[in-house]
Amino acid sequence: MIHTIAFYLFAVLLIASAMLVIMSRNPVHSVLWLILAFFNAAGLMVLVGAEFIAMLLVIVYVGAVAVLFLFVVMMLDIDFAELRAGFMKNAPLGVLIAVVLFVELFVGLVIHGAGELQLGAADGTAATIEGRSNIESIGALLYGEYLFLFEAAGLILLVAMIGAIVLTHRERTDTRGQKVARQVARRPEEATVNVKPEIGKGVSL
Amino acid sequence: MIGIEHYVVVSSILFVLGVLGIFLNRKNVIVILMAIELILLAVNINLVAFSAFLGDLTGQIFAMFVLTVAAGEAAIGLAILVIYFRGRGTIAVDDIHRMRG
Repeated sequence: MIHTIAFYLFAVLLIASAMLVIMSRNPVHSVLWLILAFFNAAGLMVLVGAEFIAMLLVIVYVGAVAVLFLFVVMMLDIDFAELRAGFMKNAPLGVLIAVVLFVELFVGLVIHGAGELQLGAADGTAATIEGRSNIESIGALLYGEYLFLFEAAGLILLVAMIGAIVLTHRERTDTRGQKVARQVARRPEEATVNVKPEIGKGVSL
Repeated sequence: MIGIEHYVVVSSILFVLGVLGIFLNRKNVIVILMAIELILLAVNINLVAFSAFLGDLTGQIFAMFVLTVAAGEAAIGLAILVIYFRGRGTIAVDDIHRMRG
């Protein structure tokens, strides 16, 4: 009973906050609704027994991605009213496509429910280990069978990090920073001159 | 009792809302990126629900990889957005045709 109530609570809040993400006038509010959506999705995953992915969702999405969004939205000085100009113009086509897409997905579900499609069953090789928690089973699988894929995921993150730094890094020309290489390479001969000007004459620099 | 169908319906609605978000906010790249995050979240819910109801953890492993790619995509997308804004002073997608694509 409590399980059912919790499911409907999380599901309704998830869908409501997802709607507010795409409808809000202010993108800052959109990001905040996105955070609420992620929390509710994590709740749904906890209900189904996948605690590790739920916690990962909260840490990665709420802790990193949503904060990144918030930073960018607040850092850029954007006229949001102008960006909403085509909102109503695009609405009929968008709603039409959304309805068609949803009906298609729902028809697929109904056909599956009627027993027309056989999806096959799990072979039990990746089942939860008896007597162990979700996270221990995932760890055994991740550092065993999926080790190379796991390292490839790390590589993807490395490439993303380097790419983001390379894209946004800029050489500042308006500041006078210290150039150590030039300082070290400098010799007295090229830095100083010895002149003997006549009396009454100046020195041209 | 809550079955797999409930989860599939919730994630379908979320997916469709993400697609609708891309259509509604055609000009605002930030909201488009958020809509893509919603779509990936729907996929993750689906993967985790099937994984749990089938008793097979592969779906949860795959959801983790989707999460990785989503995080990288958000970082790169926002970096591109920042350099675009730096050069143009706007983020309206309508006039992104610099590369004549």
